[in-house]
Amino acid sequence: VTGEPCVEDLLRRLSPQVLAVLVRQFGGFDACEDAVQEALIAAALRWPADGVPDNPLGWLLRTAARRFTDAVRSDQARRRREERVGWEPAGAGVPGHDDTLLLLFMCCHPALTPASAIALTLRAVGGLRTAEIASAYLVPEATMAQRISRAKQRTEASGARFRVPAPDSDEWAPRLRSVLHVLYLIFNEGYAATAGPALHRAELSGEAIRLTRALHRILPADSEVTSLLALMLLTDARRPARTGPDGELVPLAEQDRTRWDRRLIGEGVALIASTFGRGFPPGEYRLQAAIAAVHDRAPRADATDWPQILALYGMLERLTGNPVVTLNRAVAAAMVDGPAAGLALLDGLDADGGRLTGHHRLQAARAHLLEMQGDVESALVHYRAAAAGTTSIPEQRHLMAKAARLRRRTAG
Amino acid sequence: MPRFLLIVNHDGGVIEAPMDEWTPDEVAAHMNYYEALSNELIESGELVQFKGLADPRLARIVRCDGASAPVVTDGPFPESKEVVAGFQMVDVESEARAVEIAARVSAVPGPGGVPLQQPIEVRQVMSESDYER
Repeated sequence: VTGEPCVEDLLRRLSPQVLAVLVRQFGGFDACEDAVQEALIAAALRWPADGVPDNPLGWLLRTAARRFTDAVRSDQARRRREERVGWEPAGAGVPGHDDTLLLLFMCCHPALTPASAIALTLRAVGGLRTAEIASAYLVPEATMAQRISRAKQRTEASGARFRVPAPDSDEWAPRLRSVLHVLYLIFNEGYAATAGPALHRAELSGEAIRLTRALHRILPADSEVTSLLALMLLTDARRPARTGPDGELVPLAEQDRTRWDRRLIGEGVALIASTFGRGFPPGEYRLQAAIAAVHDRAPRADATDWPQILALYGMLERLTGNPVVTLNRAVAAAMVDGPAAGLALLDGLDADGGRLTGHHRLQAARAHLLEMQGDVESALVHYRAAAAGTTSIPEQRHLMAKAARLRRRTAG
Repeated sequence: MPRFLLIVNHDGGVIEAPMDEWTPDEVAAHMNYYEALSNELIESGELVQFKGLADPRLARIVRCDGASAPVVTDGPFPESKEVVAGFQMVDVESEARAVEIAARVSAVPGPGGVPLQQPIEVRQVMSESDYER
């Protein structure tokens, strides 16, 4: 499907809205998507020649609904489903917030694996083409197409699908949490990309921010939604300083802070400030965003308010019980009370036989704190062990550079 | 999701007879098994690539110092069992799932339908990403 870029952009923006209305009216995710695709193809063929209609959304809705009803009429099995859902006449629907929310809740259903939920969300809510999603996730298009198709089937097969749970029900919080988790994973995938078709992957962060903004407009009073948006903006603000001239990873403490995006930081800080006093205890994203805000507000690395970061990690640790959080708290403790305090916390993580025992992350943190303590020999051993254990190329490069720097120091 | 390379070499597992001594039906059953597994992995959204390599007799070894002309020598390799015969790259939820797929590869049928039990090497592929947490 080609056309003028503006038509293509317009179609991409409108397609999730059309899909949302159809799904709400008729149910049947797969059939609705087929109908929307046909309407989009019709528009891409006709609009560049005939001009964009005055009400492009209405045109797409009418066309898609017509294709859907045509398909239903010609399909006995679908006719039965049509009677079961008791469909209303088409054309009455105007896409609203509820429709976007419905789509998000469907695509991020807890019955799906994260990989399927991500693919389906980008396709159905983000309006990305399967080829674009495949390219961003570096898999063949056929593989991604199957991932999406299975996710749709899974969604259809799972029970309460075509409705958003009531905000005061027990179902609401976990369902919203899985939506936020999927958006967070999409953002990270794009943010963490340092190689590959970098352009497409960086677009994933932009897409995650766009979708989270939309969710924030629908649920402005939900502090976790607000906080996730803040966290994304505060993190994305550092992107220009995150990699060096040769594509190498630059750790937070060494980043050129003049390259941080002040506008994003301002918006993120304002968002997180707006959640103060809204609900206690604070949720996971609120704590993470607060930590990001403390970092982003420090004009220099040595001006960081470490006692506040230490306190926030303490709260996050109690909330999540995640050993990776404990590891971060150990680094913060070292900044506040000296490396020995941090190393004592790491000893605890190593000894408990848990998820991080012998893990390269733990070894990297230990190396860092040993280096702080001046124990260059031991630091070198742990940097090397961490470099051998990681499965991430940029991280390995970073850890090997650290080890090389220490080795030069011991030699000189 | 983590990626794994599942590598099969020329070690025939429990069967000594090379494939050119199998009956056509046995070869067909062997190939159909691989094809069915590939289709299954495409449908599950996990297959990145599946390739068999040409015979090691066609292999070349290239050495170069970056300045003078490269030195190109022919195979065969000293221990032919250790030569890579083919690979699958899969994009999966966990290492456990990669091991599960490797087990299916290892059980590919040989003569008389006996599972070959070839050793499959499971290697995690380095990722381009580093999550800042």
